[in-house]
Amino acid sequence: MTVPPRRRAALGAALVATLMAAGCGGSGSDDGTITLDLGLFGTFGFEEAGLYDEYMEMHPEIRIQEESVERSADYYRALQTRLAAGSGLADIQGIEIGFVADVVANHADAFVDFAARDNADEILGHYYDWKVEGSTTADGRVVGLGTDAGPEAMCFRRDLFEQAGLPTDRAELAQLWSTWEGYLELGRQYEASPTKPEGSAFLDSPASVFSAAVYQGQTAYDDEDGNPIPESSDGVATAWQHASAAAGEGMTANLIQFGDEWNSAFANGAFATISCPAWMLGYITGQAGDEGEGRWDVAPLPGGAGNWGGSWLGVTESSEHKEEAIALVEWLTAPEQQVRMFTEEQHFPSSQQAAEDPEVATATSEYFSGAPVGQIFGSSAAALRFTPIGPYDTQIQEAFTNALSTVAEGTGPDDAFQAALDEIEQVVGG
Amino acid sequence: MTIASDDPRVAAAAAPPPAPPPGPPVRRRRRLTRNRWGYAYVAPFFVLFACFSLYPFLYTAWISLHEVRLSDIDGAEFVGLGNYTALLQNEFFWNAARNTLTIGVLSTVPQLAMALGLAHLLNYKLRGRTFYRVAMLMPYATSIAAATLVFAQLFGHDYGLINTLLEAVGFDRVDWESGTWTSQFAISVIVTWRWTGYNALIYLAAMQAIPGDLYEAATLDGASRWQQFLHVTIPALKPTILFTIVVSTIGAVQLFGEPLLFSGNGMTSGGVSNQYQTLGLLMYDQGWTNFHLGQAAATAWAMFLIILVVVGGYALLARRRARAER
Repeated sequence: MTVPPRRRAALGAALVATLMAAGCGGSGSDDGTITLDLGLFGTFGFEEAGLYDEYMEMHPEIRIQEESVERSADYYRALQTRLAAGSGLADIQGIEIGFVADVVANHADAFVDFAARDNADEILGHYYDWKVEGSTTADGRVVGLGTDAGPEAMCFRRDLFEQAGLPTDRAELAQLWSTWEGYLELGRQYEASPTKPEGSAFLDSPASVFSAAVYQGQTAYDDEDGNPIPESSDGVATAWQHASAAAGEGMTANLIQFGDEWNSAFANGAFATISCPAWMLGYITGQAGDEGEGRWDVAPLPGGAGNWGGSWLGVTESSEHKEEAIALVEWLTAPEQQVRMFTEEQHFPSSQQAAEDPEVATATSEYFSGAPVGQIFGSSAAALRFTPIGPYDTQIQEAFTNALSTVAEGTGPDDAFQAALDEIEQVVGG
Repeated sequence: MTIASDDPRVAAAAAPPPAPPPGPPVRRRRRLTRNRWGYAYVAPFFVLFACFSLYPFLYTAWISLHEVRLSDIDGAEFVGLGNYTALLQNEFFWNAARNTLTIGVLSTVPQLAMALGLAHLLNYKLRGRTFYRVAMLMPYATSIAAATLVFAQLFGHDYGLINTLLEAVGFDRVDWESGTWTSQFAISVIVTWRWTGYNALIYLAAMQAIPGDLYEAATLDGASRWQQFLHVTIPALKPTILFTIVVSTIGAVQLFGEPLLFSGNGMTSGGVSNQYQTLGLLMYDQGWTNFHLGQAAATAWAMFLIILVVVGGYALLARRRARAER
């Protein structure tokens, strides 16, 4: 294509002008309203549950704008860049468990300290202790208020279990897989069953065992001070032992979690169990569709309580409307709203008060064969204790789960463990 | 291009000054003001270039001399060439370099060979020629992300079309993503699909500039079509072929989008055992997953140096051959 030079110059000038205009955008409030920006990731579900509309009705002077990035990893990249540059932050930023330790250790100053608020007891008192500990710095600052939590259970396919001749009663299964050894034993039975559906595996991925079991140890990936100790942690050692057994014995479908094949596998019955934090129920419902109704069920997690995921909302110090933002965060995370987030969006409360509310505690799920999900996830949440977390947990976990996939493909467990440690060295080493 | 113009500006720029001017500075200033529109026209490019290419380029070099994490950007520590020496001892770097080389060869060689063949075919007077030419450029106009997502589905293990076809004709399913060669082959297919048409059009344009009498003479001498292709077309295309090789090589060293998206879940490790992690992906992994900005910057510069060396090598080779032929 040839553009006449004069035209080309005009195009160039227009481009420069556009870039400059884009660089200095600002939110003006000429009609007296205050716009609060929320920078979030994934599906927090406030909008879907109608909480923004309700809040704006109660406070006509407030307008709420949410900007959401699908993957939390992408969100975190952008957040880190903005924190480093000290500009471009929203009034309210979502903080996920995967990077809360980094925020607590390195960026606490950029966020409002909720522990220093006059009503600190009221806004922090209704939480599970482990939730508040996760967002507390060494010197006692609290960088965010908890939204949901990810207490874990084990989801299973009743129909596949039945075909393979395994028990389908929740209470009986809870007994049989009270330990991971028991769970693996059931897996061996499933794989050996001549009547199990062809092409189905006992579990989706070794990551299902590993990322659940690792937080059941005294330590997971880090010591008390948040320093990575992947080689000496008891949580890693037990989780690796069970997960590599599952992988090596070929009872996993060896799918990469959150990959395309994994997504399709929900509807296709490629696996019979998956460890599921409360938020995964919504994910399963979405992937398996209407046909999955009544086929899935939920039982307690092997090996005791576990947690996967959960978030906080922080208010940035750079916000021009700090007080209004704090008020909104307090309201969104208050027990009443957490109850609603569970009943409407299946986000389990990190507020103990909300979790003990009858509406949550006695909730059952029609889709999951009438399982008492409120009670199952509630007792998991109540039994949790705080496991130290560190800034590199996400990368360390990915290194281990990647290595487990290679075990399922035939690599020896010891070689794979060493490969994971090498990969981790890339992250934590200088 | 020949300029036949009596525009005084062109004349002033092209011809040597007829007589020594009394005051050169005055003359230079006049030329500057006379050409001010020229400078104004090129300014947007150079302003953008300075902001978005030159500055990042130099800043990357500066960063690569530091040990720095994104979380603690003010705590950067000067380590000199430490990142570069660490890179040379890093098995992940060598793995990525190997993968980049094999994927580069697997994609570039068939790509250019096929492009040459296609261009030769399209050079004949075919019915619907324009349609074929446009169709060939379509993959190039497709975004990398869209193409890769579709190909990743095609190469899927359980529900991918390719495995379904393989099974239908009696072969076993292939786990394309998890194998080293299979995944690299699959990625090469994406690259080849995307760039073959583009290169074919460049070849075609060059072929049409070859004078017809060369072919006529060859025909009179009794050369077959194949001999004409070998002895007339290829020699005439040499500079074009070198150009496409250089461009494809640069593209191959920088390969990033395809391996990033091929996994389907956004992981930056290039497969569970880094089996298709390229240098570009390694750089992204270091910078934006592990947040080691210094390491990532060093990798970026290493890639730049590799490109310089390879392209310089081609240039030397081409010059030596040209001299030998003379």
